[in-house]
Amino acid sequence: MLTVKSIHTYYGNIHALKGVSLHVGNGELVTLIGANGAGKSTLVNTICGLIQPRKGVIEFQGKPIQSLPPESIVPKGIALVPEGRQIFATLTVEANLQMGGYIHRHKREQIQEDLHRMLERFPILNERRQQLAGTLSGGEQQMLAISRALMSRPQLLVLDEPSMGLAPLITKEIFKIIQELREEGRTILLIEQNARAALNIADRGYVLETGKVVLQGEGTMLLQHQEVQRAYLGKGAKQIVDA
Amino acid sequence: MSKKDWWIFLVTAFLIGVFPLVVQPFRSVSHYVDVMVFAGIFALVCIGLSMLMGYAGQISIAQAAFFGIGAYSSGILTVHFHMNPWAAMPVGAALAGFVAWLLGIPALRLKGHYLAMATLGFGVIVNIIMNEEVKWTGGPSGLVGIPGLSIGGREIFHELAWYYLVWGFVFMGLLFCFHVLHSRVGRALRAIHEEEAAAEAMGVPTARYKVQVFVLSAIFASIAGSLYTHYMAFINPSSFNLEWSIQFLLMVMVGGMQSLWGAVLGAVLMTFMRNEWLHVFADQEIIVYGALLLIVALFVPKGLVSLLPRLLPSRIFKSSGTREDES
Repeated sequence: MLTVKSIHTYYGNIHALKGVSLHVGNGELVTLIGANGAGKSTLVNTICGLIQPRKGVIEFQGKPIQSLPPESIVPKGIALVPEGRQIFATLTVEANLQMGGYIHRHKREQIQEDLHRMLERFPILNERRQQLAGTLSGGEQQMLAISRALMSRPQLLVLDEPSMGLAPLITKEIFKIIQELREEGRTILLIEQNARAALNIADRGYVLETGKVVLQGEGTMLLQHQEVQRAYLGKGAKQIVDA
Repeated sequence: MSKKDWWIFLVTAFLIGVFPLVVQPFRSVSHYVDVMVFAGIFALVCIGLSMLMGYAGQISIAQAAFFGIGAYSSGILTVHFHMNPWAAMPVGAALAGFVAWLLGIPALRLKGHYLAMATLGFGVIVNIIMNEEVKWTGGPSGLVGIPGLSIGGREIFHELAWYYLVWGFVFMGLLFCFHVLHSRVGRALRAIHEEEAAAEAMGVPTARYKVQVFVLSAIFASIAGSLYTHYMAFINPSSFNLEWSIQFLLMVMVGGMQSLWGAVLGAVLMTFMRNEWLHVFADQEIIVYGALLLIVALFVPKGLVSLLPRLLPSRIFKSSGTREDES
């Protein structure tokens, strides 16, 4: 569905992505993990058209999209749940969801129908549908951001660090939602720092380090990998104090 | 339009409608009708500017220039080419809109406040042209002999007729803007103002919308300029300089940026202050404006319009809450 072929992205003179390639197949849940500054968000922004790559190809359903602006990419079927949620705080929950269906210009019934489905799925949002989105808690905002993205009826859902700034219990709940979405047959690209949680639910994973993919493989396999365990899961590090 | 806005609309229309009947019998305030004609003209500019500032989140320091483009288009076309004033008005509006489009495309593609910089320069250029193109504009001494407006062959002469005509334009402008704001486009505009990147991620063509709102604000200013020209029958460049652009910004900020009613309130209030209440300060009035802006920015950042619900019986607002611009 999505194929990224040796992408190079720059911020001015800073070479942020140095030939990143990855692939997301139909119905797959693929995760991309990496530390701060590895280039995860840069990759997301490049895929969604917020930044243009200097070299390389991004193919979505067989067609190149790397030089399109975001407003042309969304209608092709990629929806982004942005980092830090970025809900429209001064708009109501309902208006936020309607914004998600922005690209479906003349399909009022479809938007209404999807809106009801989202509110049914997340009863807490239904309770607060007339409330301003800024008054929701972090977890609720994340649910809103996810359902807002689903309103565009995407082929591919891109989640950028959905666990950021959430309490562990809420994170668990968000990951459960992501897993449910995958079971419904949705194609998902999940970008995460929380390597363990992400790899646990993913089919495949990529590890990004300073702008390059250093490891890739099945989720469970990566979980076992020595490098991943050392760098992200804190295992196998030299014990300084013996317990 | 929401129920709340309809209520405010009807009440305001009623108040504006009866205003002359109340003030005219009293000699000392009967000229308020004249002041209100100007207030209405400025309100039209401010409504457009409020769309740009409050909803698209951009600042223009050239509204007086667009106001001037409308004024001079109407003036020049009617004086030199003997065109019908009603035909000249849309020509001016089209010209202002086109110029705003040219200016907006490069400035609004960039993120941040580049539009403010671009319009600052543009306003100065327009003013220089008004001063230097003496053959057409009359230069610093102004353009004279501008005909008045007429409806159905009868010239609008009486101040009262002007009053209702100008405020008719204001309410039509308001209706149009409310309609835009409560549509899908309006929601997109508020989303841009809120989180531009997130709006882009929803597929909103943010640059195109910002250009369109800028063009709209220029057209509003231009139509107001045309009305001004025909009411005054005389124009000179000093009514369209940087100081006036800043006046328009002040009106919108003092009234309240996030509300079209704020733009109207600000325009009326500031026009009265300038023409009536601040005479005592003479040349120092700029200091008063500065102080006013500071006070508003510090203590009522949402503008004076945000204080109004507290003065009115809360019943009207209870149905939809006191939240602002609810869709």
